[in-house]
Amino acid sequence: MASTDKPAARVDVAIIGAGLSGSCIARQLSAYEIDTVLLEKECDVSMGVSRANSGIVHGGFHHNLKYLKSKLEIRGNLMYDRLQRELDFPFKRCGILVVALNEEEMKHIDHLYTQGLENGAIGIEMCSRERMFELEPKLNSDCVGGLHAPGGGVLEPYRFVFSVIESAQKNGVEVLTNFAVERAERSNGHYRIHAADGRTVEARYVVNAAGLFADSVSRIFGAEEFKVTPRKGEYYLLDRATEAGPQRVLFPVPTKVSKGMLVIPTVEGTVLIGPTAEEIEDKEDLSTNAEQLGQILDQARKMVPKVSQTDVITAFSGLRPAVGDGDFYIDISKKAPNFIQVAGIQSPGLTAAPAIGEYVKDLLKKAGCKLSEKADWDPFISKLPRIRDLSPYEADELVSDNPGYANVVCRCEKISEAEIVEAIRRGHTTLDVVKYFTRAGMGRCQAGFCSYKVFKLLMRETGMSYKDIRKRGAGTEVLQDAL
Amino acid sequence: MKELHYDVLIIGAGAGGLAAAVEVSKHDTSCALVERESHLGGILVQCIHNGFGLEEFKEELTGPEFADRQVQQVLASNVDVYTDTTVTQLDADGDLKEAYCFSPAYGVLKITAHAVILAMGCRERNRGNIRTPGTRPAGVYTAGLAQRLVNIEGYIPGKDVVIVGSGDIGLIMARRMTWVGAKVHAVIEIQPYPSGLTRNIVQCLNDFDIPLYLSHVVSRIEGKDRIEKVRVCPLANGIPDEDNSFDIPCDTLLLSVGLVPENELSKEAGVQINPQTNGALVDATMMTSVDGVFSCGNVLHVHDLADWVAEEARRTGRYAVAYLRDERPKRQIRIKAGANVRYINPTMLDPDNPDKLYFRSLIVKNQAKLHLKLDHNPVKEVKISHVQPSEMLHVKVKPKDVASWNIMKDSVLEVSVE
Repeated sequence: MASTDKPAARVDVAIIGAGLSGSCIARQLSAYEIDTVLLEKECDVSMGVSRANSGIVHGGFHHNLKYLKSKLEIRGNLMYDRLQRELDFPFKRCGILVVALNEEEMKHIDHLYTQGLENGAIGIEMCSRERMFELEPKLNSDCVGGLHAPGGGVLEPYRFVFSVIESAQKNGVEVLTNFAVERAERSNGHYRIHAADGRTVEARYVVNAAGLFADSVSRIFGAEEFKVTPRKGEYYLLDRATEAGPQRVLFPVPTKVSKGMLVIPTVEGTVLIGPTAEEIEDKEDLSTNAEQLGQILDQARKMVPKVSQTDVITAFSGLRPAVGDGDFYIDISKKAPNFIQVAGIQSPGLTAAPAIGEYVKDLLKKAGCKLSEKADWDPFISKLPRIRDLSPYEADELVSDNPGYANVVCRCEKISEAEIVEAIRRGHTTLDVVKYFTRAGMGRCQAGFCSYKVFKLLMRETGMSYKDIRKRGAGTEVLQDAL
Repeated sequence: MKELHYDVLIIGAGAGGLAAAVEVSKHDTSCALVERESHLGGILVQCIHNGFGLEEFKEELTGPEFADRQVQQVLASNVDVYTDTTVTQLDADGDLKEAYCFSPAYGVLKITAHAVILAMGCRERNRGNIRTPGTRPAGVYTAGLAQRLVNIEGYIPGKDVVIVGSGDIGLIMARRMTWVGAKVHAVIEIQPYPSGLTRNIVQCLNDFDIPLYLSHVVSRIEGKDRIEKVRVCPLANGIPDEDNSFDIPCDTLLLSVGLVPENELSKEAGVQINPQTNGALVDATMMTSVDGVFSCGNVLHVHDLADWVAEEARRTGRYAVAYLRDERPKRQIRIKAGANVRYINPTMLDPDNPDKLYFRSLIVKNQAKLHLKLDHNPVKEVKISHVQPSEMLHVKVKPKDVASWNIMKDSVLEVSVE
């Protein structure tokens, strides 16, 4: 990630955590005449909670409006069409179906439908069995009916963060990566924030969007004591060639603790199934487990019998940062001055993220931060060509300017050299982030074919040695020696 | 966009595509050979060990030498070669097939041809395909990728290696990693018998005292940043016996857990796939369910030997040329995989022009017998000293065999092993 090494001497707002919430807050603030810095402890943005989740823009019926998360979900959902036009990320309002497999579950659908109506979820529809099969012919024949929320959709969360950050940077926000906040002290109305590597930033206002680590960050600033409990969700990713891919996101009827395991047609054409839900202790434990993974296939097959283990191309897990009663915890700190808490952003955090940006902007204003609009704020970022979205004729027109668009590096996802080079030139120099940015290596061969090509492009573009090629941060070097 | 026309388009320039191209060029036929890598020879060029060419060139060669022999023949022919060129779309419905090809040198090309030979080879199954749980650290590679890194790029992925799967690439890499100074701690095989050729077990494991754990699986990968260890678990009646599992520390895990014919392009072109092989269903002339589209080599079914790929591809080239001349079989009968046979290729026989059949056994047996039955009547029997699923078998049906057969229009030839 392109990051400034020089510490920003003094800014108005420091946001801690460059995930979905932090980046949306940063972009929102970039529209005002203030200096904002975004601090990220990892080597790149979107490396925590935002990296691995279901990638769903929710339909507005899962939660009662008494919860903050429900209000922000409804508002956030409505913001996505405009964001897509401005920020060039793949997003599809494919709709959501909740699948009832018996009459008992149908009663719950009633409740969700009423809740959706009260929430103002657009186009929400109770469905008969016939209607369900019309909408989704691949459903299990046991389906007795369900709920249709056409306003729900899918996107790639990390890809969204990259776009939001790019827009924020374009409008003056500074992003500091590898900036692990270690301590902070307050004097003369400013926080002085120290990173583990010795860098410091001074800020009048601090926004704590540190995801799983929001509790530690809160403690560092002498703000509220609370605990973030990681709840792990494991997923299987299925080959785009699977016959199990539905048209819409399929939810089971939710339980008290979770929305259940879903079958998700991803915006890029693969199929995601999961997540499980398991409370754990270790905030860095992203391992998958045989027992948990086994449940995923069973549960997914209950909705779509064609889900097959032979279609699995990878498994991964993500962590939900749960706080307290499960609602978002977004508020002005009552203990630490000029400190805004943005914690407990689990589902529907992605849906809500743009609305969280607005909401936190308002909180900052309330806390006394002077916000006057920039005359020259530019909400648009330039579009990057993706050969997978182009016809051969359109692709051919790019080649005269840049032959790299005709060099297919990742055959499974059809990613060109030019797209990978663009990611690298923007400072994404680890294998995982090149993958998240471009999709190279995300397909059925899981980088078996394109790894060495990406290694070479990284070395060519950055001048790095083979020893510096990393999967993620330090310690994840992939090559140990040369002949 | 440039448009070019040929009689035959061959997709993929490995052992199969090269052999097919040489054959096609011998018949006064124009031919384009399209290869996505920058070199010709496909995976052969990273197979720097010997054992190639005994049948094809009657001498023992390394992979690159085998490829070079084929490449020299192609370069001496009238075949037009396009390297660094990826076919992204094949429209094969009509008489004239259209392929869109991405090439940095020429831009996006549209190549049209009357016949297409699919020779794209296969890909390696990976960790996700075998659903191994655990962390996702650096240091986990497919064996073929590791082979590429060591033999072509000159990098060593790690020093303490465990290999999952006893497929040939895994075995070859066990030896190769040992030779570059790494310690190979174990090869873990889920089956009760090795998946690779016996000669490779002897030359790559036994000669280096590398232990082979049969009926074992890697049940977990551990290590946060770099892989630190794997949990190895014996199978008791096919079920993992976690109580008797043990850890092997390592910094590198290589996966040699099978190959899958890469037929995504074929499927999009409408080619029917045989679920037993993941390759196309082909008739006696190696033609797929799509008229004028042929398939050979590892994209048709995974072969043990490059020599056999070349043999099959040469035949395929000949059939493609015959197709252009409207020389099609007068009749074909179905071939059925019978008892203890996983699959057989091709799946049709031309009684007027019988040829070689490749197949795999489902059983391990010494002194086995191959039975050919026509409409349930025994018509041919062949003794085979040893059969096992990992060793591909073949039988040549000769014109003199067929001469005495009572072939009806809907006759079925069944091949079984006992």
